[in-house]
Amino acid sequence: MGKSANLRDGVASAAVRAVNRISRMTGRGSGTVVGGRVGMKISPNLVTSLSRGRTVVLVSGTNGKTTTTSMIVAGWGVPVTTNQTGANMPAGHVAALVTSTSSQAALEVDEAWLPETLAKTRPRVVVLLNLSRDQLDRANEVRQMAERWRKALEVHNDPDVVVVANASDPLVVYAAEVAANVLWCDVPTTWLADAVSCPKCTLGISHVGSQWHCSCGFAKPTKITTVLGDELVIDDVTVALDLSIPGDFNRSNAAMALTALHSVGVELNEAVVRINAVQSVVGRFSVRRWNGHVLRLLLAKNPSGFEAMLATLANDSSDVWVAINARIADGRDPSWLYDVPFEKLRGHRVYCFGDRRLDLATRLDYAQVEFVIVEDDAQVPVSKETISLLANYTAFSDWLEKSEP
Amino acid sequence: MTTICVLYPDLLGTYGDGGNGLAMLERARRRGLDATLVRAGLNDEVPDADLYLLGGGEDGPQSLAADLLRRSSFASRVRDGAYVVAVCAGLQILGLTFCVEGNEEFEGLGLVDVVTSRGERRSVGELATRVGSQLLVGFENHGGRTTLHGAVEPFGTIVKGRGNDAKNDGYRTKNIWATYAHGPVLAMNPWFCDEVLATVTGQELEPLASVADLLYQERCRVLSS
Repeated sequence: MGKSANLRDGVASAAVRAVNRISRMTGRGSGTVVGGRVGMKISPNLVTSLSRGRTVVLVSGTNGKTTTTSMIVAGWGVPVTTNQTGANMPAGHVAALVTSTSSQAALEVDEAWLPETLAKTRPRVVVLLNLSRDQLDRANEVRQMAERWRKALEVHNDPDVVVVANASDPLVVYAAEVAANVLWCDVPTTWLADAVSCPKCTLGISHVGSQWHCSCGFAKPTKITTVLGDELVIDDVTVALDLSIPGDFNRSNAAMALTALHSVGVELNEAVVRINAVQSVVGRFSVRRWNGHVLRLLLAKNPSGFEAMLATLANDSSDVWVAINARIADGRDPSWLYDVPFEKLRGHRVYCFGDRRLDLATRLDYAQVEFVIVEDDAQVPVSKETISLLANYTAFSDWLEKSEP
Repeated sequence: MTTICVLYPDLLGTYGDGGNGLAMLERARRRGLDATLVRAGLNDEVPDADLYLLGGGEDGPQSLAADLLRRSSFASRVRDGAYVVAVCAGLQILGLTFCVEGNEEFEGLGLVDVVTSRGERRSVGELATRVGSQLLVGFENHGGRTTLHGAVEPFGTIVKGRGNDAKNDGYRTKNIWATYAHGPVLAMNPWFCDEVLATVTGQELEPLASVADLLYQERCRVLSS
């Protein structure tokens, strides 16, 4: 790199920081993406120069990116640069990388941006969690994504790049098997609906227990590094996984996070203690702004989670917002709303958002809780107070997306 | 006074089934009717009640609930005319036999001449059935295939979903309503809740407008389109 390129990157980095500072101060943007865009205008390869000299871990997949990335950050035990706001495209990566000079970076990467990010950041580790459809009518696209990942890993077939890949997911295996250096993780993966047809030959894949194979010879890898059952074993070492956060899928995420950390030399038994201690995951409990409202975002997607969240609400008459969807990731059946002790919200006024706001409103009505069905977001009166917004899975994502820090 | 009893919510309450008692009580209360709601757990005697609500449950709890009910006064109370709304597992328990995991056959209470075997696959999804001039909407999630014998009439005919056998859903006797629409079916279907309430109290009820009407209309629109 010549002097002028160095200078240009320096100017670009300064611009990213300045623009993001202004963006945050004026409340106009998230303060992550806009500056990143400006920086990349000035220096198109900014992400490359910002990644140079760092140990970069990329995390991608349809589900669990944010959680797994935060586990890697927590488990590393040293300062780690990360795109905490979930801005997982290049502008978000640039914005994250200019904020710190730490020698470690863990970046969550949108699936579609993985090939470019792989080329530009030259990571030490790439974690490939899973690939599944986001929407039923887009079933074809997920196979294309696997194809793009595979091509990218073929092009950057560098033995110094460790690919930590989910051996239970045929689409991930299809993408990762071309890489020179793969650490396969046999972690429970329940979603197999996208792995019905072989990504290689389109015939049906046979799944027997946790094993799978196709008649064309494509099959679950046998050389496994990490096995997660009742116990977690990485490289023949039993790791005392005991997460504070719930969910079997988070155990799988943690297993892959630990495998990634292991590959960069982090002591497993120390890392797992730090990961076990993680109490909250990016976004959850965060205070966000939206349309002049100040919102505290609370993820609550089942009765026990909801009960715990309701207990955190102030014992006053403040307004509470609740957003409920019943999309696939939420479960299509919102019957569980009747297992949530919404009676505890008596005395509050509850604004009902989300696709299933009428189910929610009916539940609240039977609980004798005052409610407002929000048909138009703009009609909600702005309060000076911070409003607690409880949302289930996809509704939470919607709000995290549309609100700002 | 009308007593509504939710039976074994700890065993038969997998899908928000408690919502049915809640909706029934609230709709009675708003009409100024004198009604009370009691919940009988698995360690309790079956109390005297005008209406019993039986919910859905997983296999183990379902067979346990059947055993407990068989040893209780429940069946004789129903034979003496107590009303029952039975959902999902509750629907199966009232019959002659039902099957749980592994095709193990269990004896039901024999209150209704119906038999439930294991279906080829689980029935999971939104359920809509035609009951007279009304649509009943809800969600089903069960592994049963229920066959009605003798003169037992189905409760509804399938518009969407599978119910008993992809043709009919549940059954209706003089004092029992049974459906595979689990969870808060009475909360979601105000007409059904009011039909039961009117029958149990022996009163003609005026319509009661609430947000449940909007939800019901929305689900009818979605499920019949």
